[in-house]
Amino acid sequence: MTTHYLVLSGLLFAIGAMGVLIRRNAIVVFMCVELMLNACNLAFVTFSRQVGNLEGQIIAFFVMVVAAAEVVVGLAIIVTIFRTRRSASVDDANLLKY
Amino acid sequence: MESEIAQITQHTGGVIGNAWLMIAFPLVGAFILLVFNKLTDRWGHLLGVAMSLASFVVAVLAFFELIGFGASERRRAVELYEFIPNLDLKMGLLIDPLSISFALLITGVGSLIHIYSIGYMAHDEHRRRFFAYLNLFVSAMLLLVLADNYVGLFIGWEGVGLASYLLIGFWQFKPSAAVAAKKAFVVNRVGDFGLLVGMFVIWTTFGTLAFKDLYGKIGEAGASDGVMLAIGLLLLLGACGKSAQLPLQSWLLDAMEGPTPVSALIHAATMVTAGVYLVVRSGAFFFPEGSGAALAVTIVGAATLLAGAIIGCAKDDIKKGLAGSTMSQIGYMMLGAGLGPAGYAFAIGHLITHGFFKADLFLGAGSVMHGMNDEVNMRKYGGLRKFMPITFVTFFIGYLAIIGFPLLSGYFTKDGIIETAVHHAPVLGWLAVLGAGITGFYMSRMVFMTFFGQKRWADDAHPHESPAVMTVPLMVLSLGALGLGAWLVLGGTLYDFLIPSVGGSAAEAPKFNPFTTPGLVTLALVAVGAVFAWMRYGRAEVPAVQPRGSFLTTFARRDLYGDAINESLFMRPGQWLTRLAVFFDNRGIDGLVNGLAAGIGGSSGRLRRIQTGFARTYALSIFIGAALLTGALLLVGTI
Repeated sequence: MTTHYLVLSGLLFAIGAMGVLIRRNAIVVFMCVELMLNACNLAFVTFSRQVGNLEGQIIAFFVMVVAAAEVVVGLAIIVTIFRTRRSASVDDANLLKY
Repeated sequence: MESEIAQITQHTGGVIGNAWLMIAFPLVGAFILLVFNKLTDRWGHLLGVAMSLASFVVAVLAFFELIGFGASERRRAVELYEFIPNLDLKMGLLIDPLSISFALLITGVGSLIHIYSIGYMAHDEHRRRFFAYLNLFVSAMLLLVLADNYVGLFIGWEGVGLASYLLIGFWQFKPSAAVAAKKAFVVNRVGDFGLLVGMFVIWTTFGTLAFKDLYGKIGEAGASDGVMLAIGLLLLLGACGKSAQLPLQSWLLDAMEGPTPVSALIHAATMVTAGVYLVVRSGAFFFPEGSGAALAVTIVGAATLLAGAIIGCAKDDIKKGLAGSTMSQIGYMMLGAGLGPAGYAFAIGHLITHGFFKADLFLGAGSVMHGMNDEVNMRKYGGLRKFMPITFVTFFIGYLAIIGFPLLSGYFTKDGIIETAVHHAPVLGWLAVLGAGITGFYMSRMVFMTFFGQKRWADDAHPHESPAVMTVPLMVLSLGALGLGAWLVLGGTLYDFLIPSVGGSAAEAPKFNPFTTPGLVTLALVAVGAVFAWMRYGRAEVPAVQPRGSFLTTFARRDLYGDAINESLFMRPGQWLTRLAVFFDNRGIDGLVNGLAAGIGGSSGRLRRIQTGFARTYALSIFIGAALLTGALLLVGTI
């Protein structure tokens, strides 16, 4: 009964991961990260329901809180980079290397 | 034979009981002069002379106290203090006829050289330091001959080496002097090594290094012939180093870089006589039945006496000529000492008379140099006898003594050695006769080139007689060169005196007989040598520049290629070895370490290239890592 939810969660995670790996635009990469987090949330909630306790649901809330904080910091970084370099491509921000 | 050696008696009190003063006086002198430094500049030389004379007085008093005892009680041991308790080794002195003979020679001739140095070193600003070293030299040499065990002897032995190093290199601002001092020290170390290892073997075999205990134990035949031979040869190596015998002779000629009184001290009273002392004192190790060690001593002695004489023939430097003659004369002593109790008395007798006439000759040469602006080249001398009459007469007496002119000192003692050698070892004995003939030639050459013939002086030379403080010691020494030999040898005085120390018996005392074949042949050869020298250097004009010379002359001028042999046999291989070691260090050790560092540096340089700076690459590696981990966990079945 929960299989469909888990398959959806897996699909969402795979789409998010693929987006992180292949998209250059920082905003899109960021949204893909959110997609992966939400895929996880879905899996948590699904398992919580299947097992029959509330811990999964509680962790889903924690993930949302962390995701919200992450969005604040992440978007701030992206905006700052865009202001200095006039670009939002993650490949342009490659100065921190060997 | 060995039973004739007297037992050692313990002794306390009297002059002999305080014989340590002999060593202490010059040692304190050296200490004061070195520690109080410039404060003692004005009177330091007087203190040095006083300390040496004080030592001489103690030696004379001890001598008279010693002859107050009967012959069988003339070996007095004086205990001083516990030296190394773990080894049960007590430091003490052994006052016996042998050691007191040496002590008298060292302090007597040493004091005269001290007095002479006051005049000779008058213009040297470091005269005080010079006297400090002289005192140190005398003190160390006295410890060497007076100690009653090999450890004490060795300490004195090393002290002599140190003092000779300091004195040969006294004018260390001259590179040649610094090199000569180093050379003397290094060559001596080779000999010291022999003595030290010899002491080790004695210790492991007999369990003691005290002479007193050793004499008893050697007789009990605890050691095999091989061990005795090894000890004998090792001690001989030590003796060769100190006494400049083949093959360790090379330092002696270079040692002429030191001030002349030093040469006199090294060659006459101290240092080179130490080897002879060691051989005679350790006689028991050289004369078990059928030992080859004694034979080795005689061969070394005979070879050196010829080598020294040949070198002496070709030297134009008056001091180097005398150095060659010292080698040669010490060779005679070694030859005598290798013949056993029959030769000991003559070896020691020759050592004592040689101490006088060689000091006389060296100080005479110093006096000539003093008047000739320190010129040492005999080709720039000539006709000096009218300008330096006292020096000439004393030098001439020393010359007659060393060539063995009848009735002078050297005649009796050298003839004794030759006679004994011809009797016991005919081949070596006749070689010694030949050596005496060569001595007649080169010493005559020296006298003729220096005091006779035409003036060949440098333009600014104004030869003059030396002051009395230098000529009086010369006169005293030439008196010894005149009469000492007759007194020691005629009637067997020295032989009888030494019996308690070295063995032999009064009945076997050699009678001196001048009219034997070897004696007459020796005199004839010496006369031929002297006449030949007169024809070449007295009557004929001496070229002011050294002529090219034949193959043989070059051979002798180059010290028989002794330095070349040392260089090619020891120095060059040593250098190769160090070069090999340096190469191995640079390429091997350093290569390994540097290679390791370069490898790590290079590989990490390549490895860091994977830090591209592209965030997505990092993300990919995280995903792959996570996938691999998950896969692994699934595989082992944890989840």
